[in-house]
Amino acid sequence: MEYSILILITPLLIFLLLGLLGGKLKPVIAGRIGTFGLLCVALLSYVIAYQYFFVEGTVNGKWIEKIPLNFEWLRFTDTLHIDLGILLDPISVMMLVVISTVSLMVHIYSLGYMHGEGGFQRYYAFLSLFTFSMLGLVVATNIFQMYIFWELVGVSSYLLIGFYYTKPSAVAASKKAFIVTRFADLGFLIGILVLSFYTRTFDFGLLTADSASLVVTSMQGASFMGLSVATWALALIFMGGAGKSAMFPLHIWLPDAMEGPTPVSALIHAATMVVAGVYLVARLFTVYFFAAPDVLTMIGYIGAFTALFAAIIAITQTDIKRVLAFSTISQIAYMMVALGVSGYEGHDGLGYMSSMFHLFTHAFFKALLFLGAGSVIHAVHSNEMSDMGGLRKYLPITHLTFLIACLAIAGIYPLSGFFSKDEILSAAFHHDKILYWTLWVVAGLTAFYMFRLYYSIFWGKEKVHHGEHKPHESPLIMTVPLLILALLSCVTGFIPFSKFVSSDNLGFDMHIDMTIALSSIAVAVVGIGVATALYMRGGDLPQKIAQRLGGLYRATFHKFYMDEVWQFITKSVIFKCICAPIAWFDRHVIDATMNGLATVTQKTSASIKGLQSGQVQFYTWIFLIGALVIGILALCV
Amino acid sequence: MIVQMEHYLVVSALMFFIGVYGFISRKNMIAVLISLELMLNAVEINFSVFNRYLYPERLEGMFFTLFGIAITAAETAVALAIIINVYRHIGDINIRKMNKLKD
Repeated sequence: MEYSILILITPLLIFLLLGLLGGKLKPVIAGRIGTFGLLCVALLSYVIAYQYFFVEGTVNGKWIEKIPLNFEWLRFTDTLHIDLGILLDPISVMMLVVISTVSLMVHIYSLGYMHGEGGFQRYYAFLSLFTFSMLGLVVATNIFQMYIFWELVGVSSYLLIGFYYTKPSAVAASKKAFIVTRFADLGFLIGILVLSFYTRTFDFGLLTADSASLVVTSMQGASFMGLSVATWALALIFMGGAGKSAMFPLHIWLPDAMEGPTPVSALIHAATMVVAGVYLVARLFTVYFFAAPDVLTMIGYIGAFTALFAAIIAITQTDIKRVLAFSTISQIAYMMVALGVSGYEGHDGLGYMSSMFHLFTHAFFKALLFLGAGSVIHAVHSNEMSDMGGLRKYLPITHLTFLIACLAIAGIYPLSGFFSKDEILSAAFHHDKILYWTLWVVAGLTAFYMFRLYYSIFWGKEKVHHGEHKPHESPLIMTVPLLILALLSCVTGFIPFSKFVSSDNLGFDMHIDMTIALSSIAVAVVGIGVATALYMRGGDLPQKIAQRLGGLYRATFHKFYMDEVWQFITKSVIFKCICAPIAWFDRHVIDATMNGLATVTQKTSASIKGLQSGQVQFYTWIFLIGALVIGILALCV
Repeated sequence: MIVQMEHYLVVSALMFFIGVYGFISRKNMIAVLISLELMLNAVEINFSVFNRYLYPERLEGMFFTLFGIAITAAETAVALAIIINVYRHIGDINIRKMNKLKD
């Protein structure tokens, strides 16, 4: 399977081609080159998936880690070297399929959505760069390679959020995303360094082998501030994952990232990049489970809190992309909880499996939701719910696919979201009742806010649409990806996922727990019912309820003032208490020393520069006097 | 009266300091050049005199004098050429104004 390297090289070459020569190409040609390249990548990843899952992936019924390629990239000493390579195992192959599929859909969709925008070639170049980095991230053979691609993903996300670089809000959002995730990556880097300092390796295979015995033995007894070093290292690595995956309190960048073009939000900020944190924890799951189970518990609780927190905020947002952004945060948190409650081996590893399963299904229906929202925005030229309503007559295909996606995310049988969500709830139920009930409530809230969104866009009173022109359905090039993703959202739930992905790579049979399935469907139906009652006709009941709730509603609408809290922490605490003294020291001690030296030199030179007058006769005078003085001195001595 | 070495030396010292005075006080560059010649000639007198009175059996001082005269002649030619060129460029040979080289 050496050809798997092509899956990385193709998008990189397209990025270089479009990035360097894009200006000379016609926009449409550039778009087609990018899309065609992605088509090749997608086909290649399906071939790899087929080869891996059905031909050469198993040895004695166990999924193996295939490494078709691994070479030494940078050698520092005999033991310290950084490799680059390709690792194929169930989760990385699954991610290849997800990323290339969603990316292909977004490439095709963008041909229509971004048509006529300035910088079309640049847009496709960045999309290819992102696809390259994301694919490199999932196939990384060692944690350092993952970190390299992790940062590349961050950069391409930054570039794409700030695609409309003349819009101040987009520029601010891209900076915010970059700084927040960089801050989290600082923890990730320290975590990597601590981990590999003790284990003397970066390699995933060595770290996870034999129930992570290398990590457990090499870190035994080492502790720092009352916690074991293994806990510190893995918690710091999780911090990186929490930054990318927008876990509370590092979630603040994701809603703002919606300033980017909508297809970008679908690809990066819903389906692929934001699940990198979940993927990271899953990749190191063995290490987490055996070396630092307390971190895993913490991940579970952070996830549950984030899921609830984001779901509550999503209820009050009025910008449709922001609703979807908070929904994404909430769903990723779901996956995190699943990892947190997971055991190891066989059916105990249900949480791990369901987390990956939800990642898989969520990628398709969330990409579909975003692309559908893009289609709506394309039609009405606004992000605000208040400008929409009654669109189902004008956008029949978008309406249908959006409804499928809403049902899928709400967890209604037989759509894909039902299966993965049910497995997560079941895993949580057997592990921790508090987490289970939290997720149960979140499931209801999810159904409610998704249908609030759905009804506000497609039902209710029709708005007067910009005078002369009526909203119209998007062109075929945009609706075909919607239909494909809708189809995927319907069928992916029936994949026997646990046969392929499991914590110990052995595969097991999953079955649907009827009580949990019924209770989750019940709460989802209640959520949908309430949304139907409140929003289908578009009355003013919601406003009345909002007024009754008063302060609570306002707090939720302002996202519980988390942005303001961070603003306060950075401006008033970090800037005032740490940065200001450092700035003072820099200005008044270091700069002052340098300025003093310069001033002394300048003053001295100013006072003696009159001597160099250019008057030869004056020089002669000086010379003569000097000679006489020396002569007299010589005579005296 | 027998002419002693000291007489010559007094004459050359006078010539030298007249030259120095002229070099420092004159404004005209040709006058400055003449002062320079005075100083050089004073030095050459010294060479000859010391050779004649102190080492009459040797000739190095005399040769040095001849050598110096040749150099002086060449130097004067160059200096005059410079002065003429300066005059052509700025129409003046006042040495107080010739201070542009400091920049």
